[in-house]
Amino acid sequence: MVHLTLNGKIVQAREGEVLLSVIRREGISIPATCHHESVEAFGACRLCTVEITKKEWNGWKDYVTSCLYPVQNDLIVDTHSPAVVELRRTLIDLQLARCPNSPEIRQMAEEYGITTTSYEERPDGDNCILCGLCTRICDRMGFAAISTVGRGYGRRVAPPLDEPPPDCVGCLACALNCPTKVIPYVDKGTTRVIWTKQFELMTCTGCGRTTITRDFAKSLGESRQISLQYFEKCDDCHRRELSQTMTRIVSWQREEKP
Amino acid sequence: MRVESPRHLAELQQAFHAREIGFAKKLHICCGPGCLASGAADIVSKFKALLKKRHLTDFSLEAIKETGCHGLCEQGPLVVIEPDGIFYTKVKPKHVETIIDSTLERNEVISELLYREPHSQRCVEHYRDIDFYARQHRIALRHLGRISQYDIRDYLAQGGYSALAKALTTMTPDQIVSEVTTSGLRGRGGAGFPTGRKWATCRNAEEQPHYVICNGDEGDPGAFMDRAIMEGDPHSVLEGMIICAFAVGSAQGYIYVREEYPLAVQNLQLAIDQASDYGLLGDNILGSDFSFSIKISRGGGAFVCGESSALMKSVAGDVGEPRAKYVRSVLKGLFDRPTVLNNVETFANVPVIINQGGERFAELGMKKSTGTKAFSLVGKVRNTGLIEVPMGTTLRQIIYDIGGGILNDRPFKAVQTGGPSGGCLPESKLDLPVDFNTLTEAGSMMGSGGMIVVDDRTCVVDLAKYFLAFLLDESCGKCTPCREGLYQLHRLATKISDGEATEPDLDKMEQLSHMVIIGSLCGLGKSGPNPFLSTVQYFRDEYLAHIREKRCPAGVCRALIRYDVIAEKCDGCLACISACAVHAITGKKGQVHAIDQELCDKCGACHAVCTRHAIEVT
Repeated sequence: MVHLTLNGKIVQAREGEVLLSVIRREGISIPATCHHESVEAFGACRLCTVEITKKEWNGWKDYVTSCLYPVQNDLIVDTHSPAVVELRRTLIDLQLARCPNSPEIRQMAEEYGITTTSYEERPDGDNCILCGLCTRICDRMGFAAISTVGRGYGRRVAPPLDEPPPDCVGCLACALNCPTKVIPYVDKGTTRVIWTKQFELMTCTGCGRTTITRDFAKSLGESRQISLQYFEKCDDCHRRELSQTMTRIVSWQREEKP
Repeated sequence: MRVESPRHLAELQQAFHAREIGFAKKLHICCGPGCLASGAADIVSKFKALLKKRHLTDFSLEAIKETGCHGLCEQGPLVVIEPDGIFYTKVKPKHVETIIDSTLERNEVISELLYREPHSQRCVEHYRDIDFYARQHRIALRHLGRISQYDIRDYLAQGGYSALAKALTTMTPDQIVSEVTTSGLRGRGGAGFPTGRKWATCRNAEEQPHYVICNGDEGDPGAFMDRAIMEGDPHSVLEGMIICAFAVGSAQGYIYVREEYPLAVQNLQLAIDQASDYGLLGDNILGSDFSFSIKISRGGGAFVCGESSALMKSVAGDVGEPRAKYVRSVLKGLFDRPTVLNNVETFANVPVIINQGGERFAELGMKKSTGTKAFSLVGKVRNTGLIEVPMGTTLRQIIYDIGGGILNDRPFKAVQTGGPSGGCLPESKLDLPVDFNTLTEAGSMMGSGGMIVVDDRTCVVDLAKYFLAFLLDESCGKCTPCREGLYQLHRLATKISDGEATEPDLDKMEQLSHMVIIGSLCGLGKSGPNPFLSTVQYFRDEYLAHIREKRCPAGVCRALIRYDVIAEKCDGCLACISACAVHAITGKKGQVHAIDQELCDKCGACHAVCTRHAIEVT
């Protein structure tokens, strides 16, 4: 066990744990827009930066991203020191200049008392804050269909060569995990379009509703060794069938009893 | 041929040395990038062709050496005739025949090709007597210009690889690490981390395997020290790396070079192949049981890939983006394994430290910054080029004694050290001894050794804007403060140079700079605002002139200047009229010309062509 001081209170942490997980467990709220439990910490949004020091550092302080910084004994952590709050405010102000129309960023800005950005708004702004969650989750899913391209201020998320991405299976993991909901997709009838690529949605043979894309089913079938037949029905119908089967089994058992 | 033992190596070194002194005369033709650009390749081929026909009795064709950068790039193409050290500058193909006739055949010196000292106009015959060279102390650059860049035999003739033999046969890895620690050598890439301590940490790391990487991703505008070493003396880098690998227990090394350095890539590969043929690289080096091989990893030329964690990602085949280094890369580096990453110049110093001992190296320079440092001296200075001086040499000595002072005797304004991450130092700091600590204290940094001198015609706002634009383009864009913060800093700097800024904008820039520094993920963002902060620290008045008076004192920021014809000086020669791309100047031959301010786009072409200095900029 590791003991450290968090905002004046001595807390315990597991060896190898990162600061953010301790901070969250203690119920302290700090933003972390590029953080997601299912992927490796990235340290890009810098909003979870905290101030750290130690007694033997003689007043020297450092600013570290809590999502990446491993806990240490005797560490003194301040999540809301004046410098950290100023940094967080500046970062949100900068993000608001980048994405002035994003409701999510606007709401976060309002929590820090910012209604309009004090910087020059980006002329060609979209609502992408470049947290990289979409690309990292896509990697995690095993597809790596999209990535960030370009660098510096021109960095953006895109499929290879801005063409329909060959490795995309239309699973929507990117779009559904986007904190600013900026990745568009359209489901219409039995087709889905995302990243300008068109997919066929499978229809449940039980209830007739559309389910996942055929490409996603194929990929799951191959990688997880699941029969393609399984995907012919939606989850609800699977559940319904299962409950019907269970009911039948129970009723057989009753009949067999004397 | 494989060298099987240190003794065999010594015999070879002696044989090649004897071959060198057997040449009655040698031609060292500089084939560094500067001289190649001004036609050195034609000079080499002309010498070869003519000498082949002439059959001079005491001249062997093998004595024509294509060497690496001599340093005095300003005067290229350079040809040196050894062993006398006669130094010819600005040589053209038409001079080749005369050089053969006079100097090679009749031992006569051609005075018009000699170097002239800028102040005294004194002709200098010999290499060693030129101020530019006489005041330098070369360790990392010791072989540049003295050996053929393509031939391992030349390196061996200079005693090359004897440090490796000494390390392998007479020293333990711990002794090597402690020798490097004693030398006080600090990383020459810019951060100045003690090399010995880095090696010791890697050596003691339990995880295996260990890797050694040489950082040749030099990307600062105006810097070419590492390039010159990789091109002109690749074996000294290899030797340093092999010694390091033996000390830290590594079997695989990488040299990361940017693709924009094709000659460096070519010469390094040639050197690796030659060293492997001689058994100095590969399995059982010098007959010992130590094996080590080196691969070249070519980068795409992204500035951020010079940052250690981004570089390692790039070597591993991923996108070169930095990661947080809360666990240092010496413990978790390439492929998450312990890795020593040192700069080209750091490795080039290692053989000398092993050969002569760490204490002797530590005697040079300052107490906390030992040895020498190579700089590329560029900008508005007479002798632009590559230099190496002991740490602690003052900026004044570098710029005036070695650099020959400011071009056209204009007043010195500032010197930018440490590239885009460094800072701008004013005249009051000219007597500052240059070392890692003093430069950082003065608000700049050592960096990899780029030194850009600017005169009074350079606007500091424009300079800060240039470096911000460079970093904005080169930032990887991963973290918010660097990507968005540098963009906003650049916008605000543009506002100042356009004369549209107010004083609160300047305060805002300073506040934002501090946030970018504490908030950014890697060194690029953490040092990105330095050019702005140092210029505003030392030249605040110039910023305020742009803001309050809407005036650019240096006459650079287009929105704030105007060009006018001084009627008394204009002789109506029409030169400016034909130079003006927007037809803003009117006038007849022999009559005073006039500039239409509405049409003028302030390009400065008229000012540049006017021989009578009749165009003023205000």
